[in-house]
Amino acid sequence: MNKILLIIRREYLTRVRKKSFIIMTLLAPVFMGTIWVVPIWLAVQGDTEQKVIEVVDESGLFKDKFRNKKNLTFNFINNNINEAKEGLKNNDHFGILYVPKLDLDDPKGITFFSWSNPSVSLESTLENAIKDQIEDIKLRESGIDKAMLERLKTFVDIQTINLGEDGEKESNSGVATVVGIFSAIILYFFLFFYGAQVMRSVMEEKTSRIVEVIVSSVKPFQLMMGKIIGVAGVGLTQFLLWIILTLVVGVSVLSFFNYDMSMMQNPEQVQEIMAQLPDSEKGKIQAIDKAMHNIKTIPIAKIFFSFIFYFLGGYFIYAALFAMIGSAIDHESDSQQFMFPLILPLIISISISGAIIQEPNSSLAFWLSMIPLTSPVVMMIRLPFDIPAWELFLSMFLLVTFFLLATWVAGRVYRVGILMHGSKVNYRTLARWFFMRN
Amino acid sequence: MEILTANNINKSYAEHVALKNVSISIPKQSIFGLLGPNGAGKTTLIRIITQIIDHDSGEILINGEKLSPKHIGNIGYLPEERGLYKKMRVGEQLLYFAQLKGLTRKAAKDKIKHWFKKFDITDWWGKKVEDLSKGMQQKIQFIVTVLHEPELVILDEPFSGFDPINANIIKDEILELKENGSTIIFSTHRMESVEELCDDIALLHKSQKILDGPKKQIKEDFRSNTFIVQHLQDLTQLSSDFELLSKEVIEEDHFVSTIKLQNGKTPNDLIKNLIKEVEIYSFTEKIPSINDIFITKVKAGGHE
Repeated sequence: MNKILLIIRREYLTRVRKKSFIIMTLLAPVFMGTIWVVPIWLAVQGDTEQKVIEVVDESGLFKDKFRNKKNLTFNFINNNINEAKEGLKNNDHFGILYVPKLDLDDPKGITFFSWSNPSVSLESTLENAIKDQIEDIKLRESGIDKAMLERLKTFVDIQTINLGEDGEKESNSGVATVVGIFSAIILYFFLFFYGAQVMRSVMEEKTSRIVEVIVSSVKPFQLMMGKIIGVAGVGLTQFLLWIILTLVVGVSVLSFFNYDMSMMQNPEQVQEIMAQLPDSEKGKIQAIDKAMHNIKTIPIAKIFFSFIFYFLGGYFIYAALFAMIGSAIDHESDSQQFMFPLILPLIISISISGAIIQEPNSSLAFWLSMIPLTSPVVMMIRLPFDIPAWELFLSMFLLVTFFLLATWVAGRVYRVGILMHGSKVNYRTLARWFFMRN
Repeated sequence: MEILTANNINKSYAEHVALKNVSISIPKQSIFGLLGPNGAGKTTLIRIITQIIDHDSGEILINGEKLSPKHIGNIGYLPEERGLYKKMRVGEQLLYFAQLKGLTRKAAKDKIKHWFKKFDITDWWGKKVEDLSKGMQQKIQFIVTVLHEPELVILDEPFSGFDPINANIIKDEILELKENGSTIIFSTHRMESVEELCDDIALLHKSQKILDGPKKQIKEDFRSNTFIVQHLQDLTQLSSDFELLSKEVIEEDHFVSTIKLQNGKTPNDLIKNLIKEVEIYSFTEKIPSINDIFITKVKAGGHE
């Protein structure tokens, strides 16, 4: 077997088999899935208990006007409030809604009695029910037809269209923002995490002198590249597993809650369902529908492949530079002076992400997405906003060029650094190693 | 026949000269001691031979051929400070290093099993290196060095870190390697093991070779016509042909004297002279140890 393949294989297998890798790969999607599932679960499952609310209606306005809900039954009783309170001791009804005689313009004195605190949602359900009914009465009194009122309500949603050279495209800044930030953060994390892993691994080989045995068999550059490629494979594996697992978790969660994906693809069916829903629900469904639709307008495939490209390109640059640092130092504590300038561009690009989202086409955003040390993260933020193709290609070209340069420089320092022990290392030392003959 | 010949090797780093016109030749199937104080250039020379670094000028021949990457499989190298991947299992680790040296997976496996049996460690395959003691790790590293059956084995301080029992095992292995046709380069400060094992030696000092040749020959050259005599009765009178270097009392009238011959006198002349004065118990030539030679030469600063 080719020796560099042997090195890649070892670097890859030893990491993928590690417990920490397996745990992290499995837990992250579960974690993300949980963030997603818990609110839905709470919303759906939170109130399984059947609650019976006794209503003492002294105003006489609400009799049989409250609609029973899934977990909520209204029970109008004719007792006065004190009898009802006594009665609540003996039955297991949840509470009593007491409505005194009301002034419709200033409804006061409505009280809810219960043994345990009502949830916020129960309180608002009751409030809404009473409010709706009072509004209905007022409408009737002022002679406005309810159907007329419905027609007055208007749902406004501005569609945004990009005028591009290749035609008009729908755009949406909301979803683009989320996709951009999300992929940028993942990229940032990967560059940082796996770059540092390369550095530590180089340092381990140097301080334990394994490197002397290995470089008597292979060229230092082969060892460095084998390690960088092997670790890249680990990163990609983790990324793909995350996507697959998140999809699996997501789909199973959705199917668990009977969210029918096909519904969104069939507008007539949507219309039909919408027609059956009460007005308050319509807005929500429309918002979800719009979000789903907008996800389709985001160039998913382009983003995915660009992500892989910038991940690999950015990673190779950072990993080579991290490997150079690892080869130069004897202790991890010495790494600070070299680490800081290296990770500064990463930190800058993540911390100004807000500004870039606000103005994805500003000159700041443009230049940062061209400079190879910031371009991976910044370009991932800009990409969902549909930037011109020539900018993307120029940025990619610069990234590859800088990658070749960085690897060459790092390789030259590395080949000397791994054999040097105990010398005090600063930037001048690195420069001297760079120019040293073999 | 020489397995390795180095002619006028020069190597300098930015600030200093590491090797200056160093030439050595190492006969096949021998044990070659590469000696010298710290910083003399031993490690640099070894790194050049193992192709970790390049030399500036001069040439190195392996079996008469110019040193090139194809010789990697012919050389086994045990660095002075040992290291293995701590988290890796012993078997996989050995397989990895053997394959880097060019063995196929299968051949490597067979050879590893052979060594496991030899060292009686057949149950170590699945153990993690970090769970082994330091001595055990050294054994594994020794196996790494010789697994691919290199013609030339380079050992940098092979005995450091071994307890006497394991050091003996390794010593026997080194002798067996030689028996089976390998050549061993042996870099060390431990003169007693040089004395015991080496056939030839070279002494580096301040980047230069200041002495080399067969060990026997060197010791011969450093004979100083000095004799150690144990005798009864004090030695008070000695002709000026002999110089009394030292005299020690062992018991009451039992002495040990160190005497140097002068003016071309022979040992027999000394005995004749002594017989008149004292009763001789024993009479041996004082042969310089490699340690003495080493110190003498290094102290002299490398000027012949």
